[in-house]
Amino acid sequence: MGKNIVTVKDLCISYKIMKKVSIRRMLFKAVTQKKEEFEAVKNVSFEIEEGKILGIVGKNGSGKSTMLRAIAGIFSPDKGTIDLHNNSVSLLSIGVGFNRKLTGYENIYLSGMLLGFSKEEIKEKEKEIIEFADIGNFIYRPVKTYSSGMYSKLAFAITAILETDIMLIDEIFSVGDMQFKEKSYKKMKELILNEKRTVIIVSHNVQKLGELCNEILWLHDGEVRMIGNPKEVLAKYSKFMKDNK
Amino acid sequence: MKKFFYNIKKYFKYAITSASAELKSEISDSYLNWLWWVIEPLCFMLIYTFIFSVVFKSNERFFPVFIFLGLTCWEFFNRMMMGSVNLITSNRDLISKVYVPKYILLLAKSFTYLFKLFISFMIAIVLMIFLKTPFTWNILYVIFILPILYLISFGLGCILMHLGVYIEDLKKVVTILLKLVFYLSGVFYNINARLTGLIAYALLRFNPVAFCMNEIRKVMLYSKSLSVEGLIVWFMISILICIIGIKTITKNENSYAKVI
Repeated sequence: MGKNIVTVKDLCISYKIMKKVSIRRMLFKAVTQKKEEFEAVKNVSFEIEEGKILGIVGKNGSGKSTMLRAIAGIFSPDKGTIDLHNNSVSLLSIGVGFNRKLTGYENIYLSGMLLGFSKEEIKEKEKEIIEFADIGNFIYRPVKTYSSGMYSKLAFAITAILETDIMLIDEIFSVGDMQFKEKSYKKMKELILNEKRTVIIVSHNVQKLGELCNEILWLHDGEVRMIGNPKEVLAKYSKFMKDNK
Repeated sequence: MKKFFYNIKKYFKYAITSASAELKSEISDSYLNWLWWVIEPLCFMLIYTFIFSVVFKSNERFFPVFIFLGLTCWEFFNRMMMGSVNLITSNRDLISKVYVPKYILLLAKSFTYLFKLFISFMIAIVLMIFLKTPFTWNILYVIFILPILYLISFGLGCILMHLGVYIEDLKKVVTILLKLVFYLSGVFYNINARLTGLIAYALLRFNPVAFCMNEIRKVMLYSKSLSVEGLIVWFMISILICIIGIKTITKNENSYAKVI
């Protein structure tokens, strides 16, 4: 039994469907603005132990990404708690804080620092990132000159090589060309299978989740439908998705 | 509040990197590059000097420097306000992907403006040498005035940044209000000389921009001393505004990602 790294308890997140208001509407309809609420995540509780890999499945709009973002600290939960036990967390996402007019090299620092790393830490890993991104001399050219593939390669390299204790991954099994895709999948596998690292993956790719995960959480309309052994849950999930076609 | 200082410390380097990145990208594809930072304020100064000394026959002493200092202060305040209104929405990508205390974004932005302010001050000093204005040690008093201008802008910026998330046409309102403040701040006229009685009194005391501008001109151009009590009062107020602004942001920042 490892210690718990992530503890999520009774998590509720709702979007108040609050449209932006204009001054005119504020003046004339100030009172009539009704607040619709949309509950994206309802009473979700789970725990993850150190080094475990949790996959989250569910159809579109079932609150997977919302929950991931809440764990990353981008949203605060409306009810319930998320306890990360003081571990660092990052949402593996593409191209955070890139400045398109600057070179890729400068963007490594910009993006890395935004993810909470110090300049020195990035300096250490800089070579590895450039090597992994594998975009040749383009690293010293402005990001705006990149093809979209190169852009995502660099972005993936940054987030994959600057490692945090907890990694949150939202659907990025498809970056770049075939060759890079394989490489990134391998790297990801390597990262994920690291004993120390705790990972949460959101994906629709049942096959890959089955390969990677220790546990699967199935979210349905914001609620936990099932949680447990990947084989069982994924089998039921696949069947459910087929039946509802 | 403790958390605020902790965050400032933690993200300070990021703010600087981001600010220098922005400055770099601003000049990365223009012909005259960084010269624009010098040319732009100088040209505005020349335009205003021409209009007001030739057309309106203003006879202020050292008029070009007078206007230049006014413009420098004004531009800083103006940029801070305009920059903060849409700060959250224009950083949508960033905000929906990573957590960063939102006032850090404003901090980073303010550094770029501070840099421009600094350049403007350098130009002002060159102008002063050129026009042979009397130099005294009083110039150093600027060190006390600028922080107040900065704090006020930062505090108000935080508040505007928060409102800007929810009110989509806030920018238009702010533009109009800023225009009003611009004319009420005496960028191109001397409030003391042109206005009398209650209006001048009120403008110089209740309009922080006019106040700072006037103080800066006093110490830099006219070798006068500061009005200490005014500075203390505005210092207190600016701290208060900052606290309100930062509190509003920390309280609401987590819902920004849901709205935009």
